[in-house]
Amino acid sequence: MTENLYQPILMRVADVRDEAPEVRTFRLQFADDADRARFFEKYRVGMFGLYGVPGAGESVFCVASPPTRQEYIECTFRRTGRVTSALADREVGQPITFRGPYGNSFPIESWRGKNILFVAGGIALPPLRSVIWNLLDRRAEFRDITILYGARTVADLVYKQELADWGARSDVRLVTTVDPGGETPDWKGQIGFVPTVLDQVAPSSAEAVALVCGPPIMIKFSLPVLTKLGFTPDHTYTTLENRMKCGLGHCGRCNVGSTYVCRDGPVFTLDQLRRMQTTDM
Amino acid sequence: MKVIEANKLPGLAAALAGAGYRVVAPIRDGGEVRMVVWSPGAAIDTRAIPVNSAKDFLFPKAEIIGRCTLDGNDFRPEDVKPVAPKTVILAARPCDASAMLLLDAVFNWDYKDEFFNARRAATTIVSLVCTTADEQCFCTSVGGAPDATAGADGVLRQADGGRSFILEPLTEKGKAVAAAAGAALAEGQAKADAPVEVPVHFDAKAVTEWLGENFESPLWREVSLACLSCGACAYACPTCHCFDLQDEATRAESVRLRNWDTCGLALFTAHAGGHNPRPDQAARWRQRVMHKFSYLVERLGRLGCTGCGRCARLCPAGMAICETCREIDEARKAAVK
Ligand SMILES: Cc1cc2nc3c(=O)[nH]c(=O)nc-3n(C[C@H](O)[C@H](O)[C@H](O)COP(=O)(O)OP(=O)(O)OC[C@H]3O[C@@H](n4cnc5c(N)ncnc54)[C@H](O)[C@@H]3O)c2cc1C
Ligand code: SF4
Ligand code: SF4
Ligand code: FES
Repeated sequence: MTENLYQPILMRVADVRDEAPEVRTFRLQFADDADRARFFEKYRVGMFGLYGVPGAGESVFCVASPPTRQEYIECTFRRTGRVTSALADREVGQPITFRGPYGNSFPIESWRGKNILFVAGGIALPPLRSVIWNLLDRRAEFRDITILYGARTVADLVYKQELADWGARSDVRLVTTVDPGGETPDWKGQIGFVPTVLDQVAPSSAEAVALVCGPPIMIKFSLPVLTKLGFTPDHTYTTLENRMKCGLGHCGRCNVGSTYVCRDGPVFTLDQLRRMQTTDM
Repeated sequence: MKVIEANKLPGLAAALAGAGYRVVAPIRDGGEVRMVVWSPGAAIDTRAIPVNSAKDFLFPKAEIIGRCTLDGNDFRPEDVKPVAPKTVILAARPCDASAMLLLDAVFNWDYKDEFFNARRAATTIVSLVCTTADEQCFCTSVGGAPDATAGADGVLRQADGGRSFILEPLTEKGKAVAAAAGAALAEGQAKADAPVEVPVHFDAKAVTEWLGENFESPLWREVSLACLSCGACAYACPTCHCFDLQDEATRAESVRLRNWDTCGLALFTAHAGGHNPRPDQAARWRQRVMHKFSYLVERLGRLGCTGCGRCARLCPAGMAICETCREIDEARKAAVK
């Protein structure tokens, strides 16, 4: 007899950090060590999970922590509706349900020896944060790491402590920016929209891959800049966030054309995106 | 051969129920024939096409797939086992039986769904060779036939001008049902009636091909205009399998339910932030047709339509997927000329 695919495991909230208005990071500990082992056997950066509160339901978030840290997982989410509110109300020590990891992953093993560019906007840093830490925890295997991250205002920047840590490292080039008008008097980063700043920073595309995650408008205007810089569509990666329920390829909710985001994604190259049947990109 | 007089079908149902089967059959209740669980006195009607499909007994409208006991802010996930009674579906139409093969593929696509699989394993499907059809039937356009046996464990053939039926087991499960029927089936001879003829309305391969190249066709807006987005077509469909997961809770317990859902509804793909990748009914009807005639063919090698015609029989707005496919086939032929 097979197992119930929908049977969640139990996680406990070990730490809560407020990142930005209504945006929260949970550090989650596996209640059962056997579940932890099973999770990390499968987990690669880019995969997602279903985080739930009984009575409210389940929500999809990426796993925002890397497989190089096996004591816990982290997720960062915005309070939006019913499930995310119930999750946000959980306190340290309280349990949540978890299913996963599901989906595909970033092919980081094929990036060894390459230069890596991260371009992120707003609440879309979490899916890249796991990749960033994964690469930093294996720093010697990769060449230059450039991170360009922007948000509407200074308050909207997530992972403020980590941004400070990455900025202080000599082996990372971090550029942060806020939209014009979103700066504070003591803001030391750039002021300008992500695509504009990307154009100014002009990272080299030689031996490089780019990862872009952000609001659709940011992605739309960043892609031409990346093309201009010489990043090819098969070396440019992003993630899709279609509505999901099962995460298993069964419920029929997440598909874009014949692509099921939950099983074929959420990680796609720009090349793959362009071949999908959709009017929504 | 195993033979039964037509007016003794309830006796067959009774014998199988006596042998421990939950018996599902086309039952006439007032003006409608529906696939429901047989009970003594129920009238089995093999001539009308049931309103609902046999899918309901493999993939129910609502099903508990998770359960937690709650204790303040703490809780404990409990084990949930599938409800899978030993079942025989009598006189399922061939278009319902063959739909099982698509559901098998979907619910076992990488991940194996034990709820569906347990019921599938516990269910025997005895299909009916159709001697009646109506103008909405188009099985022959999508690879089926009134006497097809794909997905069936046994087959009932009407014989001797409707006076009797021949039961022919096709699998071990089918043989077990024939054995359980005992004296309800007699050993005898009968001459099977000819299956009904169902005309071919379109070339499904050509439709699939056209769909691959016409995501942006103006046809989608035209054909979807009448659709009210009620979902009746999907709920009646033997292959539609999209579902929602929803929680319900009391103070002591919460359950997670798997409920039927459909791509025809506006909220199906709506994001929490308000954005909807399928913003209008044209996009949603395109998804319905594309999923059945293009995406499933590409991903699982099967059409998602068995030509049962239920969607068209029920649609309050007169939409018919057969008609859409016929139009597509016409459009393609016109383009080739
Ligand atoms: C691959 C992937 C990765 C993602 N990663 C992240 C991430 O890292 N961080 C993040 O913040 N977001 C992420 N998201 C988005 C996130 O899943 C949604 O924002 C989140 O589920 C909230 O959406 P929701 O409003 O539908 O959920 P909720 O509103 O929390 O509700 C979930 C479900 O409950 C039901 N529901 C919602 N509101 C109500 C109501 N008022 N009454 C009744 N039912 C209701 C709906 O059916 C809904 O689908 C990701 C999405 C995907 C697909
Ligand atoms: S039954 Fe008709 S009106 Fe209702 S969703 Fe289907 S096509 Fe639209
Ligand atoms: S789409 Fe319509 S005709 Fe085709 S199988 Fe479903 S209900 Fe039957
Ligand atoms: S989330 Fe259910 S099919 Fe992808």
